[in-house]
Amino acid sequence: MAIFVATGGPKKAPKTAASKGKSPRMYPADDVPVPKKSRKATKAAPKVRGSITPGTVVILLSGHFRGKRVVCLKVLKSGLLLVSGPFKINGVPLKRVNPAYVIATSTKVDVSKVSVPASVDDAYFARSEAAASAGEEKFFKGDASKAVVSDQRKADQKAVDAALMKAVGSTPVLKQYLNAKFTLTNNDRPHNMVF
Amino acid sequence: MVSDTQPTRLYVKGVHLGFKRGLRNQYNHTSLIKIGGVDEKKDVSFYLGKKIAYITKASKAGKDGSKFRVCWGKVCRAHGSNGVVRAKFSRPLPPQSIGAPVRVMLYPSNV
Repeated sequence: MAIFVATGGPKKAPKTAASKGKSPRMYPADDVPVPKKSRKATKAAPKVRGSITPGTVVILLSGHFRGKRVVCLKVLKSGLLLVSGPFKINGVPLKRVNPAYVIATSTKVDVSKVSVPASVDDAYFARSEAAASAGEEKFFKGDASKAVVSDQRKADQKAVDAALMKAVGSTPVLKQYLNAKFTLTNNDRPHNMVF
Repeated sequence: MVSDTQPTRLYVKGVHLGFKRGLRNQYNHTSLIKIGGVDEKKDVSFYLGKKIAYITKASKAGKDGSKFRVCWGKVCRAHGSNGVVRAKFSRPLPPQSIGAPVRVMLYPSNV
């Protein structure tokens, strides 16, 4: 910690000259440590394996929607996949999923006509920390309000799914395929499967 | 909508065989797991890194409000050439788990 040679408390930050137009009354006696600047280039998005491309039908492996087959729309900057059920077919909304918790199938949907709104990015899905912790507290007290899906989300879902449903509809039985859950049964050997 | 009547199983059944050991010494830190349908070393590669859950039921609910306790581990490598794998768990599995079923999950996936 820097030691301030001054009459004021040691914890008070010195007022900068720029903010008041005066020279500061205190100055740090020691050099103020400046965080080292990283010479690394801005972190590139994590690579996603080649089997997952926009339009790939993927099987979700964990979470509420485990077993559902959904359409990957794109890879977000964070390396997470943006997927949609589509909601109308299997109830999976626009959501982010970690590619480690997904099996890519060889089925592809033509998503060239599906335009994802630019606002749908990582920040779109991020929950603010305050809201998350407040919700948790309420949840344990038992007076949690039911999660409300914002109109913005509904509109985005509708816009994306409209085009997606068209693409899905153009291939026979694709709709039924997306509606069917993936599950292992006796004598199923995933190591021998071609997904 | 998908009917939820049929349960979805997204894990492969496995059995905890015992621990890594020599003739006289046993090394509890590594467990040997037999994965269903894996009888050859070449089939093991699919499962490398996959998470394994050893699930037990307790009489009292834990912190998460569930009576089920989970000990997580992952597949490390093959054990010999017969398809048995070595696995490490967050805590060494208890001895009464020998012969007990474990779930070999399909994640992290590289398919």
